[in-house]
Amino acid sequence: MTLALSHFNAAILFATFASIVFGITQRDAMREQLRYGLYCFVMFVGGVFVAGWVMWLLRR
Amino acid sequence: MVNSSAGKRPSADTAARPAQLHSGGMIPVVAPAVGWLIPGAGHLIQKRWGRGILLMVSIVTMFILGVLMDGRIYRPNGGDILDILGFVGDVGAGGLYIVSLARGLGLEPIARATADYGSKFVIVAGLLNFISVADAYHIAIGKKP
Repeated sequence: MTLALSHFNAAILFATFASIVFGITQRDAMREQLRYGLYCFVMFVGGVFVAGWVMWLLRR
Repeated sequence: MVNSSAGKRPSADTAARPAQLHSGGMIPVVAPAVGWLIPGAGHLIQKRWGRGILLMVSIVTMFILGVLMDGRIYRPNGGDILDILGFVGDVGAGGLYIVSLARGLGLEPIARATADYGSKFVIVAGLLNFISVADAYHIAIGKKP
């Protein structure tokens, strides 16, 4: 069985799992863990969009 | 230069810390070892159920997704520096890496973009497990609640 994810889906899954681990391991209190995990997720996904637009501009 | 901490009495928190750091017997050794072998288990044996299950699900799922995407699993090697670093990342997944080696997974050459993503998923799952192991150790020595 081979899984063929799109680049975007792979990036979202990557961001989700990495953010969960970062949130749990880098902060102590549960509320801080949740906030930091969400922050990491937004940064990962935001970085994907920024990189996408930069590549689009470079290609023009 | 004046030392600002001179003359200050230790707070209750800092006074209690040395006692915490050496408590737990073999746990500071066992928790990281078990956590490396089975992702999240280092937290579970210290009764951090929620954290342990979330870490286990995240790292194991990421590793399995990488394998399903036909990601490459690096064997011990002394060749290209990127291959050596790939092996170091992969070996962080512990038991998952050992099982995948035993079953001969991830041997095919990378032929598609998604297979390259898969290789990165496997490497990052191992690296995230290294962070998880360090966290389990910090909990064991009382540095983290």
